[in-house]
Amino acid sequence: MSLATLLVLADGRLPSGGHAHSGGLEAAVAAGRVREVRDVGGFLRGRLQTTGFVSAAFAASACARTGAFMDLDRGLDARTPSPALRRASRAQGRALVRAGRAMWALPDVGREPHHPVALGVLAAAAGLGPLEAAVAAAHGAVSGPASAAVRLLGLDPYAVHSLLAGLAPEIDRIAADAAARADDPVDALPAAGAPLLDIGAELHATWEVRLFAS
Amino acid sequence: MRAGARIVAEADGRGGTRLAVLRGESPLLLRRTGPRTGGDVTVHLVGGAAGPLRGDDLRLDLEAGPGARLTVRSVAAQLALPGRPGAPASRLEIRAVVAAGATVRWLPEPLIAAAGCDHRAVTRVEVEAGGAVLWRDDLVCGRHDEPSGDVHTDLIIRYAGSTLHRHELAVGPRAPGWSGAAVLGGARAVGSLVLAGPDLPEAALLGGDAALMTLAGPGMLATAVGQDIRQVRAALDPLCVERQRLPAPA
Repeated sequence: MSLATLLVLADGRLPSGGHAHSGGLEAAVAAGRVREVRDVGGFLRGRLQTTGFVSAAFAASACARTGAFMDLDRGLDARTPSPALRRASRAQGRALVRAGRAMWALPDVGREPHHPVALGVLAAAAGLGPLEAAVAAAHGAVSGPASAAVRLLGLDPYAVHSLLAGLAPEIDRIAADAAARADDPVDALPAAGAPLLDIGAELHATWEVRLFAS
Repeated sequence: MRAGARIVAEADGRGGTRLAVLRGESPLLLRRTGPRTGGDVTVHLVGGAAGPLRGDDLRLDLEAGPGARLTVRSVAAQLALPGRPGAPASRLEIRAVVAAGATVRWLPEPLIAAAGCDHRAVTRVEVEAGGAVLWRDDLVCGRHDEPSGDVHTDLIIRYAGSTLHRHELAVGPRAPGWSGAAVLGGARAVGSLVLAGPDLPEAALLGGDAALMTLAGPGMLATAVGQDIRQVRAALDPLCVERQRLPAPA
């Protein structure tokens, strides 16, 4: 396992379109639920424990068994009731696969896989293991919304990044838990839902003007 | 306390439904209610004891044979309470099997997570192709002016052999971030309604923090989040009423 390769995969500057998505933060700001740094902290912690945990588990699983990508993809469909979030996940998955093909020799993962499945398959192709795939997924689940919070609310970037540093031990725990379950049957993989992310994504998709795609 | 209950509904061959099995024990007591006319049979869960309390292990099995139409409701909210310190989490497992042409409507009163409770609700619903379900679960996080206890809900609805909807929700002091803006945003009530099978409505925003969403498979999910259960009911109850008027699927 190469630590530098993991940094390449988890880097927010990877040209895979991640910066265009706020992970539901833009909708939460518009609803008045996130106004200050403390609210961002609550948002990130909840997102990490729900979407972040599910993404980590599916990334770990896709890394451990790349040939099962279709089953895992359907498993994420069943865990993503919001059509807007399914579209956002597949758009990011497709962009990530395009970036991945330029870097490593990817096995078949379909044209437009869900983002965590794409991430797991890329990790495997890059010689990384399920734990690294899970760390990248869980970290990405909070680092994207954190940078969106700075842009949307003009918050102190130092204060927001200190939230990420504070979450790092939780990211590690979640990734370890996700990796330990990488071989579980798809129905048994985590399915922690976040009702306001689903509802917010559906509202957000109806806006005519928005800064982020999701 | 360990207890089990079982309902088996079958088409009676004359356009109606009969109950082949209706068996319960405290605290899962069952009563047939409603008119004896019409194709639908209604059964109410009648709480026979307080709880669930920590240590309780409860199981309810529902089965609807081809063409049967079953509605299950409850007379009162289910109040998850702390019970004996150190006892394992209370647990209610519900398993439902719905045959082709059958309809099951699960429309209970809310589950209330009293402060200090530790409860796990596990639901597994298997619907054959051509069957239909309307599956409602409302959760209230704490009684009036008290913090929420720990509740973990774990739902799988399968349709025609594939997993249609898979959802877990954890609230309470052991669920980090549950009251943050991504999950419930400080709201105290959340409800979900899964509709699976033929004759589905159009997707819609339901006003407030509520939406009716089209699932990837043949079904829909309505989710509503509210400061109290009234807002959840305002969003979800109309969908249950409309669904009631639909004819039985062919």
